[in-house]
This record gives sequence, structure tokens and C-alpha cells, in this order.
Amino acid sequence: MTQRYSRSGSVRPTRQGSERTVWYIMRITGLALFVLSLSHFLILHVLYDPKDQTAAFIANVRWSSLFWRANDWLFLTVVIVHAVLGIRIVAGDYLNGRSRTAVMTLFYLLGLCLFAFGTIVVATLPQPPA
Amino acid sequence: MLIRYRAREGMLAWAFHRISGVAIWVFVIFHVIDIFLSGADPGAYDTVLQIYASPIGRLAETLLGAALLYHALNGLRIIVMDFWPIFTRYHRQLWYLNWALFTIVGLPVAFVILKPIFGQ
Ligand code: HEM
Ligand code: HEM
Repeated sequence: MTQRYSRSGSVRPTRQGSERTVWYIMRITGLALFVLSLSHFLILHVLYDPKDQTAAFIANVRWSSLFWRANDWLFLTVVIVHAVLGIRIVAGDYLNGRSRTAVMTLFYLLGLCLFAFGTIVVATLPQPPA
Repeated sequence: MLIRYRAREGMLAWAFHRISGVAIWVFVIFHVIDIFLSGADPGAYDTVLQIYASPIGRLAETLLGAALLYHALNGLRIIVMDFWPIFTRYHRQLWYLNWALFTIVGLPVAFVILKPIFGQ
């Protein structure tokens, strides 16, 4: 038994290579998301309430600081990497061959689109006049 | 399938992890688009926002928060067992620890989110 049994996550590939890199990326992004996503959820539901989160609120309160813009952009990037590689694991369990390639191509494109839209808004939403 | 075939803790943990991961995916697609609207079309964004603030929206956010919290805690449990294999022996206990933390953190947050429905 060279491989340990790991419940609910994939087993670490024994050989070095891209599959093992992906395995590590899932864990590193997971750790980052533990902080980024839970803090995001708590800020927007406990500190503030969704009913106040108008477009003006985002521009004037949340994204008036470069720190939060950078934080949210990092969050956007990390969540897309983790989610796309996560869905790749799921697709690998149910599909193979051409259908898997086709589905994953769609998800890579979807990930790129989301990354583009998210980056545009976080980079261009006007700052409130100082 | 979920409960018939040896539905032990390890398997339920896996099934919930997969379901929650896919569910959050679906939300993120909508969410990146709605935040994008805050710049592209602030009026439309403010309309979508009313869904978030509605009773049904709040219920959905509570479920989303539950999925996120479960996935986060169980994901951490996976990572801990991967890097410190000794903990695989206690995978079941760790899973129950997850549910304890889930309840302790989740209930107060759910209360805060749902409170406005009752006019508080
Ligand atoms: C909150 C912190 C999070 C942590 C600690 C975390 C951790 C993990 C870990 C350790 C895995 C297993 C990877 C493997 O099997 O190699 C995983 C899988 C996955 N994660 Fe996350 N994750 C988090 C957030 C998210 C988010 C926000 C999403 C969705 C956008 C997501 C979607 C997925 C998907 C789809 C899988 C594949 C599920 C499966 O194989 O059954 N995760 N996550
Ligand atoms: C229903 C609960 C949620 C609400 C009300 C909410 C609200 C918001 C708001 C108002 C923003 C604008 C920036 C800011 O205030 O930080 C934002 C940005 C963002 N949210 Fe959420 N959020 C929620 C849940 C989530 C979840 C569960 C995820 C991912 C797992 C997520 C991912 C993001 C990302 C990546 C951004 C940055 C988008 C960009 O840069 O274009 N949010 N969210």
C-alpha cells in the first residue's frame, strides 16, 4: 500500500507531473478560499445586509479602497481556478474521451469569461469623488 | 444510492462535498454577472439586488452559506488528513467536529440573515 486512503478528496498522485501539481493547487486554493470566501460571506451578511448593497454602496463603501479591490480580485482569481479544476475532477468521474474534452473546453471558456467580466468591473468601477 | 450502499460517514462526506462544490459553482456564475452589472448597468443591478433582499433570496443565501461552510470545513478536513496522515484514523471524529463547528457558527449567522423576514 503506497497510497493512503483519503476520504472525500482525491488521493495524491504518486508520480510527479501535472496531475500532482493540480492536486496541490486544489489544496492551496482551498486553504486560501477558506479565508477569502468565509470572510466575504460574513462581511456581506453580518457586517452589512444585502438590502443595502446597491451599486452605489459597492462604489462608495466597498470598492473605495484599493485594498478591497485587490482582495476581491484575488478572490475572483482563486475561486475560478479552484472551481474549474474542481469540476474537472467531477467531469473525470462521469465522462471520458471526447465528451470529457468537450465539456471541459466549455468550462475553461466559461472560467475565462467569468474572469474577464469580474476583472473588468473590479478594475473599472469608478471611484467616488474624493 | 446515498443511503443504501454503505452510507458511512466517509461516503456521505464525499457526496456532500461534491454537491456543495457544484452548487457554489452555479451561484458564482450568476454572482460574477450580477456584480458586473453594478458597473455596466447600475439600475439593473439594483433591481437584481431586491431578489437578494427578499424573503426567498434570504432563504437561498442561507442555503448557499450552509453549502459554503460545509465545503470549507470538510475541505479543511481533507487537507489536514492529506498532509498529516495520522488524522485519517480519526476521519469520523473530525467529521463530527465539522458538524459541531457548522452548527455553532452557522446557526447565529442564519439567524442574522433571516431576521429581516420577520420584520426585525
Ligand atoms: C471555502 C473554502 C474551500 C475549501 C477549503 C475547499 C477545499 C476543497 C478540497 C480539499 C477539494 C478536494 C480536491 C481533490 O479531491 O483533489 C475540493 C473539491 C472541490 N471544490 Fe472546493 N474548497 C473550497 C471552496 C470551494 C468553492 C467556493 C467552490 C465553487 C466555486 C468549490 C468547488 C469545488 C469542486 C467543484 C470540487 C470537486 C468536488 C469533488 O471532487 O467531488 N470549492 N475543495
Ligand atoms: C449571497 C451571498 C453574497 C453576497 C450578498 C455577495 C455580495 C457581493 C458584493 C456586494 C460584492 C462587491 C464587492 C464587495 O463588496 O466585496 C461581491 C463581490 C464578489 N463576490 Fe460575493 N457575495 C456573496 C457570496 C459570494 C460567494 C459564496 C462567493 C464565492 C464563493 C462570492 C464571490 C465574489 C467575488 C469573486 C467577488 C468579486 C467580483 C469581481 O471582482 O468582479 N460571493 N459579492
